[in-house]
Amino acid sequence: MERDDLIEYSLDTHHDEEKGKEIRKKIYKVTILLTLVTIVEVLLGAVIKQDASIWPLIKWTFLILTILKAGYIVMVFMHLGDERKWLRYVILVPYFIFILYLIFIALWEATAIKSVLTYFS
Amino acid sequence: MAGHSAALDSKTLWGGKISPFSTSYGKLMMWFFLVSDALTFGGLLISYGFTRHDCLEAWPIGEETFNSMPFLGHGFPLLYVALMTFILIISSVTMVLAVEAGHRMDRKGVTKWMIATIIGGFFFVGSQGWEWYHFIHGSEFGKIELADGSIAIVKGHFGEIKNFTVTEAGHHHKTGDVVTEDLMHTFQHAAAAGDITNGIITLHDGSKATINKEKDHELTLIIKKSGKVNKATKEKRVIRGASATKQYYEALYSGEANRVIYGANLKQNEYGPQQYAQFFFFITGFHGFHVFSGVVINIIICLGVVAGTYHKRGHYEMVEKTGLYWHFVDLVWVFVFTFFYLI
Repeated sequence: MERDDLIEYSLDTHHDEEKGKEIRKKIYKVTILLTLVTIVEVLLGAVIKQDASIWPLIKWTFLILTILKAGYIVMVFMHLGDERKWLRYVILVPYFIFILYLIFIALWEATAIKSVLTYFS
Repeated sequence: MAGHSAALDSKTLWGGKISPFSTSYGKLMMWFFLVSDALTFGGLLISYGFTRHDCLEAWPIGEETFNSMPFLGHGFPLLYVALMTFILIISSVTMVLAVEAGHRMDRKGVTKWMIATIIGGFFFVGSQGWEWYHFIHGSEFGKIELADGSIAIVKGHFGEIKNFTVTEAGHHHKTGDVVTEDLMHTFQHAAAAGDITNGIITLHDGSKATINKEKDHELTLIIKKSGKVNKATKEKRVIRGASATKQYYEALYSGEANRVIYGANLKQNEYGPQQYAQFFFFITGFHGFHVFSGVVINIIICLGVVAGTYHKRGHYEMVEKTGLYWHFVDLVWVFVFTFFYLI
């Protein structure tokens, strides 16, 4: 049965050729950026060994670059940046609350267990 | 409603009867599913970090574990996963181009880019299969327990085994026979079972043979667990040169079983602690299954595009929704790549 009280939000997202060109340009820019970041990561990983004194810095660089990559994928490729503000918050805020808590508690616990293991061995 | 929902004030938006997010039910639910799936992967990667934090020194290092390329052999740290990452990023790009073409109602464009995405997905799944094959199969040297009780992984170029010359007859081979088939497999099997003593290998049929093998090059031991002499400290963990070769073959030809481990299974692996291989199998396997199901969903939607189902509907939102899933798979890989291979 056809219903006429349903709103087709998807029709709002149509755009013309000119806007399409603009969007594609942005997509290509992000592609190049993601590729460059991956190349930099692999080069850093291959050149600098984990026992180097500079390693902790590299580790943080990896984490920041990863979050940068993830941000571009979510905001541009998944269009979350173009959605309404509150949709963005509904997706991101609960996720970050849970995951940050989980990271905190896992590291805390792991450190405690490690100290116990070191003490008894 | 078309075109003007952005101009609605918040009172109208939140006043009922319309979605305050200006999004369809399907797309919203896809986002909620992705949040829950992201929590699953987040939990898996965090438990990986938890375990790794507990056994710091013994944990394998990505660039030492994954350094082989198809057709080229070993010695290319991280190159293959970099290629896999690149393939997945590109297939993500073709997917977003398909979504963009859908917004212009360009059916041909959507079809073209979706097919490109599917091909990229197959390449990635294939690469992961190859990666698993190598991981399970292991290196030519394996991980070895040295004479002093320390445990080391081994790098370098393994000298080719030419043949086995039988010196003592068994059920099948006669004295003087030259065995030239299935050498590597027989060699590794015998080494793990402790059937090689002082360079004399005992074959399946009970015959004994000498090993005719070329010299190894640049054999290097990396100590993973300290013993009485060798220590797994930053300065001392890498042993090179004649001492490395001597220690390795002393242990390999000791005639004791289980001194050497090749490859990986769920009980033991040559790379590091037992949990390492289990996390590898579970996390990359779970991700690989996501990629595989993503490819299947993409194929189904692509058939719908070709059949004109979405064109008749007036919008290509189904492509957008599968696109969300596909980008999510790419997103997860970005994190797996960092935590499994880089750090």
